[in-house]
Amino acid sequence: MDFLNDLWGFMKVRKKYWLLPIILTLVLFGALIILSSGSALAPFIYTLF
Amino acid sequence: MSQVVLGISAYYHDSAAALLVDGEILAAAQEERFTRRKHDPSFPANATKYVLDEAGITSLDDLLAVAFYDKPYLKFERLLETYHAFAPRGMTSFLSAMPVWIKEKLFTRRLLKEELGKIASGAPRLLFPEHHLSHAASAFYPSPFEEAAILTIDGVGEWATATVGHGRSNQIMTLRQLDFPHSVGLLYSAFTFYCGFKVNSGEYKLMGLAPYGNAHSDRTRTYVNKIRDELVDIRPDGSILLNMAYFNFATGLTMCHEARWQELFGCPKREPGGELTQVYMDLALAIQHVTEEIVLRLSRTARELTASQYLVLAGGVALNCVANGKILRSGLFKDIWIQPAAGDAGGALGAAYAAWYVGNGRERKVNAGQDSMHGAYVGPEFSAGDILRLTRKRRAPFQHYTGGDELYRDVAGLLANGCVVGWFQGRMEFGPRALGNRSILADPRNPDMQKKLNLKIKHREGFRPFAPAVLEEECSEYFELDRPSPYMLLVAPVHQRRRTPLPENTDQLGMWEKLYQQRSDIPAVTHVDFSARIQTVSKQPHDRLWELLRAFREKTGCGLLVNTSFNVRGEPIVCSPDDAYRCFMRTEMDYLAMDNYLFAKSEQPVWKEDDDWQIRLEPD
Repeated sequence: MDFLNDLWGFMKVRKKYWLLPIILTLVLFGALIILSSGSALAPFIYTLF
Repeated sequence: MSQVVLGISAYYHDSAAALLVDGEILAAAQEERFTRRKHDPSFPANATKYVLDEAGITSLDDLLAVAFYDKPYLKFERLLETYHAFAPRGMTSFLSAMPVWIKEKLFTRRLLKEELGKIASGAPRLLFPEHHLSHAASAFYPSPFEEAAILTIDGVGEWATATVGHGRSNQIMTLRQLDFPHSVGLLYSAFTFYCGFKVNSGEYKLMGLAPYGNAHSDRTRTYVNKIRDELVDIRPDGSILLNMAYFNFATGLTMCHEARWQELFGCPKREPGGELTQVYMDLALAIQHVTEEIVLRLSRTARELTASQYLVLAGGVALNCVANGKILRSGLFKDIWIQPAAGDAGGALGAAYAAWYVGNGRERKVNAGQDSMHGAYVGPEFSAGDILRLTRKRRAPFQHYTGGDELYRDVAGLLANGCVVGWFQGRMEFGPRALGNRSILADPRNPDMQKKLNLKIKHREGFRPFAPAVLEEECSEYFELDRPSPYMLLVAPVHQRRRTPLPENTDQLGMWEKLYQQRSDIPAVTHVDFSARIQTVSKQPHDRLWELLRAFREKTGCGLLVNTSFNVRGEPIVCSPDDAYRCFMRTEMDYLAMDNYLFAKSEQPVWKEDDDWQIRLEPD
C-alpha cells in the first residue's frame, strides 16, 4: 500500500504518466519472479502447454 | 521534552546514521566503522543503534522524524529515462539494475520500516529530502554563517549532479542545477577508473598523484586541451556538457569507452596495481586542472547569483581539498566552510537537518565564527573499563598514566625519537578524515618517515602524501594559510622559507626520485609540489592532540606532526579499542596510546592472526 501511495504521490508531482505502465509492468514481473522463484516466463509457459 | 530527528544514508555507498537533538548534533557515525567493511552500503543498523543509544531512545515514537537522504522514485525516474534515451544500448546494465530496484529500492519506505523495526518499536514519520538538498543542508546548517552561497557537487543524486543555492537563516533556496549525465564527479571518477584506481574510493589517490605530473610538459598541456575539446564543454557559468560518445557510465558497467580514450590520450587504461608511469601522472594533473577550472567557475556563479561573501560546500567533489584551496585563494569569498563529511555519509546528517529546518521550520541560531560540528568528534567513545577489558582479553602489557601531562611528555619523546604512535582518544570522527582521535602520528622532520608510514605501517602505495596536524597558532610559521582548517579540507603551500631549493632538472625526474628529494625541513608532510593538506589544531575542540603537539614543540621546537588515519589500506578507520589493538599489532607501529594507557610493541605477546586479514581486506 505504501508503494502505491508513494507512486501516486510521485506521479502527481512529476506528471510523467508515461512511466506508470513501465513501472507497473516491471513490478508485476518482479512479483512473478519472486512468486515463481525462478523464471518470470514460467507461469505463461505452463498455461500454454 | 527534547525533539529528535534521525538521519540515514544507505544502499549506495558510505551508509551512515546521524542524530539531531533540538537541532544540535548529538551523534553520527558511518556503518563501515562497525562492520569493518569499507564504504559499507548496507542499512546502517549498528550506526543507528549507536546514535539512538547515545540519546537514550528506546522507542522510535520518540523521534520527530526519520529522514532518508534521497528520493528513490526520482532516482528511478532518472534510470528509466536514461535507459529509454539510450535504448537499445544499455540492456546489460538495465537487466542488472532492475532486479534490485524491483525487489528492494522501489520499496525503500517499507525496507526502512522493517530495518528500523529490528532496532526499536514505533512508527516514526519518514521523510525523503532530495540528495543534493541533503548535501546542501549538511553544508549550510552546521556552518558558522548566518547567510551563505551553497555549492554541492558530486557524482549524481537523483537527477542533480551539482547545485548552486543560497542559504539564509533556516531556509535553503536552490538557484541552479546541473543534471545527469553531465557530472563533474563522474568525469573525475572516469579518470580515476582509467588511471587504474577504484571508483568511489580512489579519487583521492588520483588527487595525490596529480602533483607528480609535469605541469610544464607538452603532454600535460595537450591532455588539458583534449579534455576541454573532446570530453567536456565547460560553459562560462561552470555548467558542463559531457561528450557521451566517450563515457559508458550511463548505460554500461564501466566509466568510459576504453578504446576511444586510448585513441584520444595515446595510452591504455592502467590495470589496478600496474606500474605508475609519467603518462598517468600527467593525465591526473590534467584532469585536476580541469576540475579546478570547473569548480572555480561554479564558485564564481554562486557568488554572482547570491552576492554572498561566504561559501559552503558539500558533495564528494568538495573532498577535493586542492580545489578547495584554490577557491579560498581566488578571493571570490571572504571565507568558505566545507562539511567534513562531504560525501554520502554526510547526507545522513544533511537529511536530518533538512527535516528539522526545511520540513519543520525550526529557528536557526548561529554561533558567529564557530561551526556546530564539535570538531567532527561525534562518534562512539570508549571508557577506561573497555580498554582494560581489551588488555585482559589480549593479555597486553601497558603503562598507565594517572594524568595526561606525563603521557603527552612521554609520547612526544617517543615521536621525537622516530617512533610511530597510534593515537586513540575520545569520540571517533565522523567523515573520511582522522582528526586526532583515531590517528597514527609521527615526526614530520624525519626524511624517511613518508616511506616508512606508507610501506611498513599503512601497506599502501608509496607515492601517497601525508598530512600535517599543526598548532593553529603556529600554522603561518609553516604554511601559507591565514585561517583555520580544522577538518583537513584545505591544501596550501608550505612556507617559502621552509623549502629546500630543488635541482633544475626536477621536472625530468621520475616519481620515486621526486618523492625522495628533501623538499623542506618538514619533508614527511611536504608533497612534491610543496603543498600540504593542513589540519590546524586548537585547544577546543581538539584538546588532547593540542596538548600533545604542545609537548612535541616543547621537546623539539616543531609544532606539527604527521597525522594519518588509524587503519591500513582497504580497512575502515578503527572504531573500538580492539580494532585499534589489532591494527597496531598487524603493522610496524611502535606504540599505541589509548586514553591514558600506553602500549609498547616490544612488550606485547606474539601476535597470532585469526584470519588472513590482508586478503580479506579488498584493496581500495
